[in-house]
Amino acid sequence: MAVREAEPVGSLQEVKEAGLDREDLLGIYRHMLITRGIEERGHILYKQGKIPGSFYTGRGNEAAAVGVATAMGPNDVGTPLHRDMGVHVTRGTEPWRIFAQYMGREDGPTRGRDGNVHMAVAELGLHAQVSHLPAMLPVAVGMALAFKIRGDSRVALGWFGDGSAARGDAHEAMNLAGVRQLPMVFVCDNNQWAYSTPTYLSYPVEHIADRAAAYGFEGVVVDGTDVLAVYREAKRAIEKAREGGGPTLLECVTLRMEGHAVHDDAFYVPKEMFEQWAAYDPIERYRTWLHDHADLTDEEEEQILSVVKRLLNDALDRADESPLPDPATLEHGVYASQEDLDTPHHK
Amino acid sequence: MTYIQAISDALRLEMRRDQRVFVLGEDVGVYGGAFKVSLGFQEEFGPWRVIDTPLAETAIVGAATGAALMGMRPVAEMQFADFISCAWDHLVTVAAKQYFRVRTPIPIVVRLPSGGGFSGGPFHSQNPESSFAHIPGLKIACPATPHDAKGLLASAIEDPNPVLFFEHKHLYRRIKGEVPEDRYTVPFGYANVHRPGDDATIVTWGAMVHTATEAADELAKEGFEAEVLDLRTLMPWDKERVLEGVQRCSKVLVLHEDTRTGGFGAEIAATIAEEAFEHLDGPVMRLAAPDTPVPFSPTLEKAFIPQVADVVTALRELAAY
Repeated sequence: MAVREAEPVGSLQEVKEAGLDREDLLGIYRHMLITRGIEERGHILYKQGKIPGSFYTGRGNEAAAVGVATAMGPNDVGTPLHRDMGVHVTRGTEPWRIFAQYMGREDGPTRGRDGNVHMAVAELGLHAQVSHLPAMLPVAVGMALAFKIRGDSRVALGWFGDGSAARGDAHEAMNLAGVRQLPMVFVCDNNQWAYSTPTYLSYPVEHIADRAAAYGFEGVVVDGTDVLAVYREAKRAIEKAREGGGPTLLECVTLRMEGHAVHDDAFYVPKEMFEQWAAYDPIERYRTWLHDHADLTDEEEEQILSVVKRLLNDALDRADESPLPDPATLEHGVYASQEDLDTPHHK
Repeated sequence: MTYIQAISDALRLEMRRDQRVFVLGEDVGVYGGAFKVSLGFQEEFGPWRVIDTPLAETAIVGAATGAALMGMRPVAEMQFADFISCAWDHLVTVAAKQYFRVRTPIPIVVRLPSGGGFSGGPFHSQNPESSFAHIPGLKIACPATPHDAKGLLASAIEDPNPVLFFEHKHLYRRIKGEVPEDRYTVPFGYANVHRPGDDATIVTWGAMVHTATEAADELAKEGFEAEVLDLRTLMPWDKERVLEGVQRCSKVLVLHEDTRTGGFGAEIAATIAEEAFEHLDGPVMRLAAPDTPVPFSPTLEKAFIPQVADVVTALRELAAY
């Protein structure tokens, strides 16, 4: 089973066949803008000294994250990582809570117990990552296992990167998912740099998706800057899993357009590489496509931009009003009580 | 009923009463588990509730965590407690911290056949409970009797937190006891007086409960009555009952099969020193395995695991103090 290299998406007709109407297309654009806007404003907050610890962004990964999340069904679940802000935004995490999370405030999804993108809102089907990135892959496989045992028509998505692909967790997770043909999609954000480590020092084959064959499922490589191609391939993989067709490894190739974190100027990434990939900026690329294929007018674009700007400004103000956690609550909530299981998904 | 039958019994009853409970691990299905705890389970519950996994502890514990997040009640089996090292991340990094971070409980049980006494060597004999007792967010049970094994396992499966359930392999078929046929639970955090006495209190758990009892019976012939206090769970542990025993007896021996330095006995001894210092008529004594890997050869292993004679010697020292 050779890896399949996905074609780019062309016409509006093709997009309609993939299940997106014009409203959906504009929604995708809005989500990508919100995603980048949150991270740009976060960067400013960091420089203002309002964000404790470090700060990570997913610049360059917006299409990969939003494209996959748009393809998820309402009851599907996943474990997105730190380049996947677009997944949180698309699933409906409120931006003001994300800013509150950045600043360690009480209204962030982790109430100041954890920082940056180490967050998730379980009600939206998302479960918070840990720093040991590939550790979430076996967890996502367990979600898919639960669906398989119960016969639920749901799919689990587990994210990883070119760096975390090297850890044993990735192998164990894919092997178990393959053996049991679980309703699972492995999404690799291959942004070509694991901190300062280039891909040729991370894996010795052409594509990470080449590995899928070894686990008995399909591997697909897609241009991670093409949001519609990502959407189409993710949709195929998710629906295949839902129908009992087993897992897929979907590799979205992008470039990490900033350093590993805010302290890192990425001096080790060749300048030409940044220039080359800047020409494929996912948002600019999609904006052009919308103008060319979906009759996006300048007025519509202006309106979307101003709505996003207002949303983020309001979100920042609201987050700033959120209190810091009370130190007296530090030792609360280390252990769950029976009442904590009275949530729909634990019943 | 033997200790291992009690574990099997508890698991079967939980699976019958709660469809969400399922078992996963290496060789747990067709083979019934390395120690046969789940023998016959696949016939009764089917292959999707008694799941044979690849040889992959990381995937086993990680998948249990994910399934728990989706509302299941997984019971994962490590073939030997020693292999839990391969799944450290998934217990310590994910399961133990998820509720604290995002308020999503992880109701999983990891069954861990532990302990030595039969030349299992360095990788089939360990008692790694203290490593995990140090991790906030995990709970730990170490039953010593068939009654407690059955009741604690039911409690563990019901518990909304990740629970490590240490089953001492040397008790599996050696220890028998009265066990009610119906389902019952033994709550976490309550010690049990395995043998009464007022002259000293021996604080211990797991297989050492039986070693301590034999030693105490020996000393009773000399008129020295030691209490054997079985903690039953280490996280939470019954601090109040331990302190009560110290206040009443004024002499205390902390005994465990795990190695000495940083063992859970150190925590107990420190707590007694902090909170019951004025009640002590002698130093807090600790008896544990020496700080070496578990050796293979019978002569070495016997020197490693605290024996009845070692406990007798320690008690005599305490008595004489």
